[in-house]
Amino acid sequence: MIVATLLPFAIGAFTLALLLNLYRLLRGPGPADRILALDTMYINSLALLILLGMHFGTTVLFEAALVIAALGFVGTVVLSKFIMRGDIVE
Amino acid sequence: MALLLDILLATLLVTGAAFALIGSWGLAKLSDFFMRLHGPTKASTLGVGCVLIASMLYFTFRPGASGASLHELLITLFVFLTAPISAHLLVKAALALDPSARPAPPLQRGSACGSAAAPHDPAARRER
Repeated sequence: MIVATLLPFAIGAFTLALLLNLYRLLRGPGPADRILALDTMYINSLALLILLGMHFGTTVLFEAALVIAALGFVGTVVLSKFIMRGDIVE
Repeated sequence: MALLLDILLATLLVTGAAFALIGSWGLAKLSDFFMRLHGPTKASTLGVGCVLIASMLYFTFRPGASGASLHELLITLFVFLTAPISAHLLVKAALALDPSARPAPPLQRGSACGSAAAPHDPAARRER
């Protein structure tokens, strides 16, 4: 089966993408760069969870991916708002 | 049919992984924040969408599956809805941090410093 042999390579590609995001998160000159790196990291880890679910043949990880998507979006919005206004709850 | 599904799944997986990797590479490599924003918001979102669609096909057509697997469609919809909003908010935050990065507004017709006297003069246009 092609997919079973291809999945480890896709997982490796997403892991490499996560490492590149981590580099930008640690290095990034400004706060906006770090928030952008965090935003990309949650999207990539969501895809990594989906790929791991395909690899192990389980559908349990979808709920975790959905929670990561929702909370990651909220986190990005809150961090951007904090930079813009200096406060979260106005 | 199984071979066709395999080829489709492999294409989606390779495309998704390549797009996500290129997007993250752009995030790490490009020089300016507004350039860096292009990689994750466009390439990575498309890559994740490809992977989610591949997972949906995989869990729908695998042996012993009970009906269509629609969780991924929900996640795809959510990611595709929220990615532009978070990118917009990130740009607003970056502009609030550094107001000098905001480009100059376009000159209005008839304004004092504009080229209202000779609107088709190439020298005046170059001055803008």
